[in-house]
Amino acid sequence: MAAANNRPSVAEPRADAVRLGPQDVHHLLGAAAPGHVGLESTLALLRRDRVTRPTIYVGAGTCGLGAGAGKTLAAVRTYLADRKVDADVVEVGCIGLCSAEPLLDIQLPDRPRVSFKAVTADPVPILLDAVLAGSVPAEHVFGQFRTDGLPAWPGVPYLDEHPFFAPQTRWVLANCGLIDPTSIDEYIARGGYRALARVLREQTPAELCDAVEASGLRGRGGGGFPTGRKWKFALNTGAAQKYVICNADEGDPGAFMDRAVIEGDPHRLVEGLAIAAYGIGASKAYVYIRAEYPLAIERLIQALDQAKRYGLLGSDILGSGFSLEVLIKQGAGAFVCGEETALIHSIEGRRGMPRPRPPFPAVQGLFGKPTVINNVETLANLPLLATNGPQWFSAVGTPTSRGTKVFALSGKIARTGLVEVAMGTKLRDIVFAIGGGIPNGKAYKAVQIGGPSGGCIPTQHLDVEIDYESLKSVGAMMGSGGLVVMDEDTCMVDVAKFFMDFIQRESCGKCIPCREGTKRMLEILQRITRSRRMEKGADALLRFKGVMYMERLADVIRDTSLCGLGQTAPNPVLSTLRWFRDEYEAHIFERRCPAHVCTELLHYRIDTEECTGCTMCARHCPADAIVGAAKTPHYIVAEKCIGCGSCVQACRLGAVIAE
Amino acid sequence: MVQPDIQSILEQYPQPKRENLIPILQAVQERCGYLSQESMIQIGNRLKLPVSKVYGVATFYNQFRFQPKGKVHCQVCRGTACHVKGSAKVLEALKQTLKIEPGQTSRDGMFSLEVVACIGACGLAPVVAINGEFHAGVTPDSIRKIIKSYAKKGGDNGGSE
Repeated sequence: MAAANNRPSVAEPRADAVRLGPQDVHHLLGAAAPGHVGLESTLALLRRDRVTRPTIYVGAGTCGLGAGAGKTLAAVRTYLADRKVDADVVEVGCIGLCSAEPLLDIQLPDRPRVSFKAVTADPVPILLDAVLAGSVPAEHVFGQFRTDGLPAWPGVPYLDEHPFFAPQTRWVLANCGLIDPTSIDEYIARGGYRALARVLREQTPAELCDAVEASGLRGRGGGGFPTGRKWKFALNTGAAQKYVICNADEGDPGAFMDRAVIEGDPHRLVEGLAIAAYGIGASKAYVYIRAEYPLAIERLIQALDQAKRYGLLGSDILGSGFSLEVLIKQGAGAFVCGEETALIHSIEGRRGMPRPRPPFPAVQGLFGKPTVINNVETLANLPLLATNGPQWFSAVGTPTSRGTKVFALSGKIARTGLVEVAMGTKLRDIVFAIGGGIPNGKAYKAVQIGGPSGGCIPTQHLDVEIDYESLKSVGAMMGSGGLVVMDEDTCMVDVAKFFMDFIQRESCGKCIPCREGTKRMLEILQRITRSRRMEKGADALLRFKGVMYMERLADVIRDTSLCGLGQTAPNPVLSTLRWFRDEYEAHIFERRCPAHVCTELLHYRIDTEECTGCTMCARHCPADAIVGAAKTPHYIVAEKCIGCGSCVQACRLGAVIAE
Repeated sequence: MVQPDIQSILEQYPQPKRENLIPILQAVQERCGYLSQESMIQIGNRLKLPVSKVYGVATFYNQFRFQPKGKVHCQVCRGTACHVKGSAKVLEALKQTLKIEPGQTSRDGMFSLEVVACIGACGLAPVVAINGEFHAGVTPDSIRKIIKSYAKKGGDNGGSE
């Protein structure tokens, strides 16, 4: 439905495109038959170490398309057709730097790949003219890829030295934005599916579970439960039918790494899913993916299809006797379905409501059978883990949290996008080194991490080394890895209200503390951000009562809710209350909003020096609270003003001042 | 009243399995734009489920709508990043301009408004998707202009309808 419409129709693959044959695949994945002569050079071409003709890459993930990559792509195709240039156009996924989108890379046969940022449709002809003629225009240039044996572009910085990329450890995102996500050959050429082949050949499921447990890999979806241990529960049940579910229902507002991985490198997920299924002995796997991600679904369907054609899915995979069928289930938009038992109910065609645990899904899950549910990022870690072994994996990270974590950086930050860093990286480095700090000279206030269940991290804890435990110690949690940066213009009470509103709407309604408690909590926050002018009857009394009971209510919700959603529901309030109590006090006692966000608590006046009497504000005022003759300064009648803020938006001169 | 287009979807699921309920609802909504009362009764008959159960599942999930979509379907992202960057004001401006509430369709069937939890394009916040086309970094002013341009074009801007 959505993003697909932004895209121009996909071009047919060229007849002379570089391809692998079934023989080559079997050779590469370790079966006996020899590959054809010159396989290595085919692989080099598929890896795009060298290209035989100019190749143009356009970052066409959902975020790129949102920024206008669809039009860029069309402009590139028109240009090539008009000038009759023989060149390849490749739609790649997202390299991670959303704020520089649309990204366009050009690779010439004898030169390294060079990347350009913010390439909308207009500059395409000029840019292509220049690069095809052998020079890199200074405008739009972003960086070049380090390539051995080719003369580097003079004066163009290397991408791996860019402050956004240099501090990152890109494992899961290694291929994102570089390879063509619609080509299984490119993934295989870069070493893909070797891990699956090796595991099937050399390891028993029990050995694989041991290896995963030894590596210290923990669930990347939020809970952080050791993946290997979860697998063992299911492995040891000995049931005939077991299931693996990939949780790609990325419901956390502010997180989009799963989407980027599936759009940019879907085969990594497919391979990880197959490894996981082998590990627990499941013959059927489900991918539960959000229906809001149409492009990701399209890419995944294509990837599954390709893998099946190469015999990497289906029955008797690579002659090992292991079979796997993968089905896609589209989520229908319910945040609570991130909870394991709710997700299972949703796949079964029921309302997505959680049930008490135990029995845990690993023992009794989908259709009553043992089921392991892993997040996309967890599964995407498996190919690397299986290739390099648990020692290699656990060498990165902190003692309790191994490996890397992908974070989605967004909000008030200079460089938004996806970053993957080693566990234990300081939050300060992510925000200021990678993210480039706060734009417009504003001051940092907090980072909201972990989505609605997480918390805010204030300035004094910027040096926290990110891992599962350290985040808990400052009242936040890893969550799925959304990092929303807030500056001084963000009101923390408003943020808490926003999350409570979200959770209250998404509460499934099964247990009372969550259903009723979150509603009451939201009401309390609404009351303290409401103007006295809007209060009627006993409203003021209720406001005081709410303030008195807020913390107790939060404790009750946390302690008595059924599932993770309810137990963490008060977190946004508790964490903002812990670090930003002064803001709450300003709202409650002084009835003002220090960040000027809660419009009802603002007082408006018109600067008579600036006002020209254009009458715009008076016409927009719904309460007729603005008086004044045309072409003379206007005034706001404080008694009539309802504090809606329409006049501020209406005034073109900025003469309406909110305090 | 049998709508032929729904029948063809139902025929793809010969067995009355409960797990097919959500995929069927999604396919029907994809084809018709919304879930009508008749279609839910038909789905219930096919799956041998009480219509109350069908309706219960349909209303649980945010994806399903029970009113036809407008020609121009506006989805406002209310994710965290969009909120921090001012999506509340954008939503307010849309409500004022279109004179409808989220979940509603304007009387002339031209515009419909929907609030979505997160489109997953947080790097471009605030985002409004109109007929599936993303508009990045919108402000109350710019969204009014965008709506005006759609109103002028009469909604046939590559939309899914």
